[in-house]
Amino acid sequence: MSNRNEILIIDDEPQMRKLLEITLSSNGYSVKQAADAKEGLIHAANHPPSLILLDLGLPDEDGQSVLQKLREWYTSPVLIVSVQNSEESIIRALDNGANDYLVKPFRTGELLARIRSALRDQTGFENSPTMQFGNLQIDFSMRQLRKNGELVKLTVTEYGLISVFARNEGKVLTHQYLLREVWGPGYLNQTQYLRVYIAQLRKKIETDPNRPVYIVTESGIGYRFLAPE
Amino acid sequence: MLRPVSKTAQLLYSTILITLISLICWFLSPVAGYRVVAFILLVTVSLVSLGVDILPGLWAAFLTALIWDFFFIPPRFTLQVGATEDLILLLMYFVVATTSAIFTYRIRKMEKKSRERQEKEHTLKLYNTLFNSLSHELRTPIAAIIAATDNLQQSRNLTPENKYELISEIAKASFRLNRQVDNLLSMSRLEAGFIHPAADWCDITELLYHTVQQLEELQGPQRISINVNPSIPLCRIDRGLLEQVLTNLLINAITHGHSPASVDITAACHADLLEIVIDDNGPGFDPKDIAKAFDPFFRAQHSKTGGTGLGLSIVKGFVESMHGRVHLENRQGGGSSFTIAIPVETSYLKNLKNE
Repeated sequence: MSNRNEILIIDDEPQMRKLLEITLSSNGYSVKQAADAKEGLIHAANHPPSLILLDLGLPDEDGQSVLQKLREWYTSPVLIVSVQNSEESIIRALDNGANDYLVKPFRTGELLARIRSALRDQTGFENSPTMQFGNLQIDFSMRQLRKNGELVKLTVTEYGLISVFARNEGKVLTHQYLLREVWGPGYLNQTQYLRVYIAQLRKKIETDPNRPVYIVTESGIGYRFLAPE
Repeated sequence: MLRPVSKTAQLLYSTILITLISLICWFLSPVAGYRVVAFILLVTVSLVSLGVDILPGLWAAFLTALIWDFFFIPPRFTLQVGATEDLILLLMYFVVATTSAIFTYRIRKMEKKSRERQEKEHTLKLYNTLFNSLSHELRTPIAAIIAATDNLQQSRNLTPENKYELISEIAKASFRLNRQVDNLLSMSRLEAGFIHPAADWCDITELLYHTVQQLEELQGPQRISINVNPSIPLCRIDRGLLEQVLTNLLINAITHGHSPASVDITAACHADLLEIVIDDNGPGFDPKDIAKAFDPFFRAQHSKTGGTGLGLSIVKGFVESMHGRVHLENRQGGGSSFTIAIPVETSYLKNLKNE
């Protein structure tokens, strides 16, 4: 079993580890550190933490391959924290099984929110028939969406999209992932469908579709569904 | 001048020219005498050697000497020289032609050197601007961070307000530093030719609002109005690059606008050409600066501080990497207006109601 609330930081920069440790321990997490891939993999195997913060630029091994090795057996969340901000490396890390990706420099508030949301993922409450996000309520058994208690008329695809979002609240979902989940593997290049349906869905659920708070865009990567506080 | 021509061509041209002049002299010599011919040929050689390299110059000297001796100095059609004066004249002639060829060659070499030196000085000046601009833009925020942290570590009598202010100075400086580094990285990616746009379908309305929202998260609320027709088609474009282009233009507009800065963004797509116009309420550009505005490290005189002088050159580089154009003009009522026009594939797939 993984140790509840224990976070393992795998990063070769001592300054970065120090700052992360202060931030995380002052927010109630216990923190373990590793300065390279080898140490990190050994530590993760001996004392599986509840979450791993992984840097991609490690001295002894490429972070992407560390991620792949971890994912052979480690099922708890892995968050990438890296200076690499290219869309390719972010999408690759997400495809390799990272739960989320933060580009350095990042805001502390953002980091804590991502950690909270990643840890919440594991509780498995998507089994309940209804879920509430701000003013939105989804009923999975009836396949219905209500906004402020009122039924929102959705097409089959729109419902498919919102239910994938709801099951992955707080998590970044790539274009490819959404297309595969909602349309099927034959539609991976049809990003224009995605654009059209996201716009339609925003018109139905957002107060101001131009300033969305539920479905936010991750430029070049995909979308993230958020529940307003 | 024959300068950019190859050596063989120079040899050929000078031979033809000398032959022609000699031919004219041939008909002239019964009237003018062979000594006048010598001077005409000498002038020809001097003129030729002005325009050609040293080897063709020497060849011209040798050829005319030979022609003069063979065809003009009596006895004709022999290389014999009858009179002693003629021998001396021939030698003189040869020396003058050779030295003039060598001299013009040397002068030209010196000219080239001084031109190279000027170019070097120009590059050096550009580098100095670069270093001045960079050291200012990087050192200022670093100085602010160091001063603020020293204060926080050493001064015991700081009020909570002082502390809060110092900490927000550190935050401001780090964001500024981050933006400079981003700009420098973009610039070096551009210069190394690492920008390969990856086009994908993009909702332009969404992109514009998103870009403004991102900017406001960093810089606080702004007076930016977005005018876009709701029926604008989806465009295939590299969203990341376009976002950076717009962000740089917006930051430029906000920084140079009259306070409070107000900015208008207008987007439209006509026949597969996406056009986005950004108007500000700043002082506009001095007409003589408009052409230079997109040069790296160019900064208008009396402009406010806070830019690297890289923002607009990145805009130009990114837009051109997407085969687009960027255009700057002053607005009639004051302020400047930037237009970017990028060719795109479009899709009017908008309504898929019943799926």
